[in-house]
Amino acid sequence: MQGFRYLETAVTLELDAEMCSGCRVCTVVCPHGVFAMGADKRAYFADRGACMECGACALNCAWGAISVKPGVGCAEAIIHSWIYGGEPSCGCSVVPDAAGAVGGGESSCCETGTGSDAPSAGVS
Amino acid sequence: MAQYDAPMPSNTHSSAASSSATDAIPTLSTSLTWRDTLKRWSLRWGIGRGTSRVEPGLYRIGEPSRTSPLLVTCNYRMTVDLVRRDLAGVDCWLLVLETYGVNVWCAAGKGSFGTDELVRRIFACGLGDLVDHKTLILPQLGAVGVAAAKVQQLTGYRVVWGPVRSANLRDFLAAGSQATPEMRAVTFTLTERLALAPVEFLGSLRYALWAVPALAVLAAVAASTGARSLVWVAALMALFPAFVSYLLAALAGGIVTPALLPWLPGRAFSVKGALAGSVLAGVALAALPGMLGGQSVLGFSAVILMVASLASYIAVNFTGSTPYTSPSGVERELRRAVPLQAAGLGVGIICWVLAWYVIGTTVLSTTPGG
Repeated sequence: MQGFRYLETAVTLELDAEMCSGCRVCTVVCPHGVFAMGADKRAYFADRGACMECGACALNCAWGAISVKPGVGCAEAIIHSWIYGGEPSCGCSVVPDAAGAVGGGESSCCETGTGSDAPSAGVS
Repeated sequence: MAQYDAPMPSNTHSSAASSSATDAIPTLSTSLTWRDTLKRWSLRWGIGRGTSRVEPGLYRIGEPSRTSPLLVTCNYRMTVDLVRRDLAGVDCWLLVLETYGVNVWCAAGKGSFGTDELVRRIFACGLGDLVDHKTLILPQLGAVGVAAAKVQQLTGYRVVWGPVRSANLRDFLAAGSQATPEMRAVTFTLTERLALAPVEFLGSLRYALWAVPALAVLAAVAASTGARSLVWVAALMALFPAFVSYLLAALAGGIVTPALLPWLPGRAFSVKGALAGSVLAGVALAALPGMLGGQSVLGFSAVILMVASLASYIAVNFTGSTPYTSPSGVERELRRAVPLQAAGLGVGIICWVLAWYVIGTTVLSTTPGG
């Protein structure tokens, strides 16, 4: 992500190399190249500041070596949680309510967003 | 309960070749029609979002056999359209999960593109009766919601993380399910950023309906303190600069900031937005110095402060659409930026009121019949 760096010191990602089994899954699932494998066959931070706290690494580390406070890096969600309480969650509800309705977010994030299905780049 | 889009048009499929067991599985066409393209563009403008879902389940792409790869995706219509387009020429199975019309990454973040739904869908579709192997290819960004080890434990299926973008699927498959570092990294190109702009821009205009009239009312009240008869003249005169100011803020925060994101200085979106807003407001005032009924420091300050503050706020909301901002970072930025934005907007509105008071007591009251 050349040219795209955010507030790196705020990142909550932690790695306990002692618990690493060397399975490499963190280096595969991370979309920002945060992890790399060391000569000792254990993961290390290649670029911790690039972490966006998506949580893919922690969820897929079967050994519990990675911890992060995952969530949506979305101002609208955080402001919503300040006003109405609860954990920040984007406006795009993905579980229908009792009436079967699914809320659409006002932001572009959840439908067309996060680069995930830009014109030439649908996520499989 | 759920409303699904009409079934995708399928290729002229020769069902004679397929066994009866697979007859019930629909085949997805790999070419997009003008209707699909129209649908995609309307979705980019925010039309029909939230109701744009493909029925979950198993689909065929091409003419898959018992050894063909098994791919998994979400049921957002645009995603399914792009995936089937990008799989032209590939024979494979496509398992569509119920994500309520939300894309893979967001749905994974919310858990609907998750371990539970995948496991449920694997059993519901009877994959074991159709395919001999035990490998599923999932989009890499789905890892936010799917724990691969748990899926294998529960179903016996091994998860292979595919590329981030479906455009790389063919190369990924051709390379024996190997992804290059480029396929593993998210990007945020100008095209990708601009694809988000329409919805972002329209969304930021949603408060204009009351914000613009509110500014006109403030102007009318301020200008008429000198002379009551000026109420309507001032209100009408204020509508144009109020509307222009709002439009400039929405442009600066919703389009200019996303477009120029890597080049605007600083890391904080609030700073980028405030800068873009100030510059746009400055240019507009230089081009239309008379839009406030005369040139005044108060009026210019009002427009620049209001536009910069609002643009800053709209820009910081764009964080939700970027693929690189961490929630901890956004929260830290908001704690610093929102008080400043509120203060800037407050001072801007005070300047606006004072500017119209001055206009009311000087310019308008000297106009014959004003």
